[in-house]
Amino acid sequence: MSTKERNWWIVAGVLIIVYALFPIAWIVSLSFKAPADIANGQFLPTVFTWQNYSQILTGDAASLFLPALRNSFGICLIATFLACILAMFAAYAIARLNFRGKKLILSTALAVAIFPVISIVTPLFNLWRLIGLYDTWLGLIIPYLSLTLPLSIWTMSAFFREIPWEMEQAAQVDGATSWQAFRKVIVPLAAPGVFTTAILAFFLAWNDFVYGISLTSTNAARPVPAALGLFSGASQFEDPTGATAGAAVVVTIPVIILVLIFQRRIVSGLTNGAVKG
Amino acid sequence: MASVEMKNIVKRYGDGFPAVTDVSMDVADGEFMILVGPSGCGKSTLLRMVVGLEDITSGDMIIGGRRMNDLAPRERNLSMVFQNYALYPHLSVFENIAFPLRLRKAPEEEVQRKVREAADVLELHEHLDRKPANLSGGQRQRVAMGRAIVREADAFLFDEPLSNLDAKLRGQMRTEIARLQRRLGITTIYVTHDQTEAMTLGDRVCVLRKGVIQQVASPRELYEQPVNLFVAGFIGSPPMNFLPARLRGGTLATPFGDVVMDAKRAAGIGDRDLVLVGIRPEFFEDASLVDEAKKAYGSTFTAQVDVTEWLGDAQFAYIPYDAPEEVAAQLKELSRELDSDQLRTQAIVSIDSSSRIREGHEAEFWLDARKIHVFDPATGENLTRDSEAGAELTRLAEEDRAEQISEARASGMTVEG
Repeated sequence: MSTKERNWWIVAGVLIIVYALFPIAWIVSLSFKAPADIANGQFLPTVFTWQNYSQILTGDAASLFLPALRNSFGICLIATFLACILAMFAAYAIARLNFRGKKLILSTALAVAIFPVISIVTPLFNLWRLIGLYDTWLGLIIPYLSLTLPLSIWTMSAFFREIPWEMEQAAQVDGATSWQAFRKVIVPLAAPGVFTTAILAFFLAWNDFVYGISLTSTNAARPVPAALGLFSGASQFEDPTGATAGAAVVVTIPVIILVLIFQRRIVSGLTNGAVKG
Repeated sequence: MASVEMKNIVKRYGDGFPAVTDVSMDVADGEFMILVGPSGCGKSTLLRMVVGLEDITSGDMIIGGRRMNDLAPRERNLSMVFQNYALYPHLSVFENIAFPLRLRKAPEEEVQRKVREAADVLELHEHLDRKPANLSGGQRQRVAMGRAIVREADAFLFDEPLSNLDAKLRGQMRTEIARLQRRLGITTIYVTHDQTEAMTLGDRVCVLRKGVIQQVASPRELYEQPVNLFVAGFIGSPPMNFLPARLRGGTLATPFGDVVMDAKRAAGIGDRDLVLVGIRPEFFEDASLVDEAKKAYGSTFTAQVDVTEWLGDAQFAYIPYDAPEEVAAQLKELSRELDSDQLRTQAIVSIDSSSRIREGHEAEFWLDARKIHVFDPATGENLTRDSEAGAELTRLAEEDRAEQISEARASGMTVEG
């Protein structure tokens, strides 16, 4: 690559990064503005203030935000965990076994994934109220599984297909049962795939708004995206823009931390040295 | 320690393709058996049926006196080295070798001792803490073997273990495997498509073609008394030459002149008109270098030399000849089946490296008629096979083996168990 060409790539890269990060920078900047400062017509606040953060963490919005944060964490982690475990078995079966209806399972998973959420949320609302799942953690975990499971099955079966079958056969000859071969050889080899899937599934659940706002009514199960929509300003003539921006920043932080933690586990080429060629 | 008996083993895949047809074979305790054949002959399938990774359609697989057909691989107590090594990349070399011991929850002290022992035998000591990704091909191969030998398995199974190594390393590892097997005295079944490995390693060699056993015999018997065209063409490098010939009262008229057959062998040919004469490259010689006393055992002829290859210790000359239409197709089919695409009918002859025969010139050759074989072109059957002499060769090889094993066991070099 010539120097000129490389410079072009750098310029283009910087432009794309600025374009992508600008909304986030804006949110961060907004979260430091006082309510009167929000329409000041400039990017940076005239006076930096922690007012929005104190409002959502200790002030009058805290009673709405903090339980929502706890709910979001709990519900999303459980949904992600269940999706990963179930998808691991499903993907293993899909990658390894030849059984009738394999194609059907994969295409059904895809169909579920592309099915519009908004169209099932009303019947779900009625059903959940009928059977007592409305406004409970379980009432959100189940629909979240329908979001995360198809994606998890698809990504994980791609990872499982990459694992040489000989590894498992070697383990079996070495004296392992099918379960031992799966647990001691296949799962460690699939770990990068599992972590990648876990991150994707967590985002999907974390970002959900429609289920969150429709299937909950109190702090018992309301997740953060729904809670943000319910913020109110100090008076009815005031938008809660600053508080919303502050909360948005707060909920972004755990996601960033999660990615940074798991990124170290997503090392490509873990199967290097298993087999030749 | 155990013998492996296969009785009428058949493997038919779901689509009806017969991979292995009616294979019966005994591998004695401590014997080194080679399964050899061109690609797609069913040798790997057979090995995988022994270890239990492939279902057996019909027949009996008896290991150490027990019928194993329906047992899972882990219940057969066999160890296997895969073509691609199949090392566990997330475990260190130590843990890779220890894996079978860990699975049966062996005490830590025993694991330590056995892995160290295996590492001693395979010279892997300085690599025990490394991951497989950081090892060279030969080292990975040795780790795979280490994992096989810590087990005290009843038999070793090798599935083309050397085909991923470069030529030089392959030679070294071949010797290494032979030494290890002799030392441990464990029954071994070894699959390869390389006839050099088959000849050098095996006590006995089983030649397979399209899932059917052609011949099971010691390497010497295969070389000197092959049962048919296929075995004769597969064993030996460069391969045996097959010349079309017509029998005219005790002599064979070949493209390279007449060859006199002794009465006993001529009798085997019967009244067939056209036959194929199998002549190994080393049965030829530059006529000017042959003793007068020896010359009488064969015949001399002159031929145009196409190409010569001088290798220092040996020299090969290529002599084209014309084959009649009826056998040309047969020869072409045979060479295709042996994975060697011979474009023209030519004889490869091995001559002394001091010979001054030159390319593109006429030269006089001598042909030793004593060891040539005559094959039926239609069935491929060897018409001049001396089965008694062949059996004698295999018996001698078996005696050698028995002696080596009892020596190895007496000197206490085998792993205990």
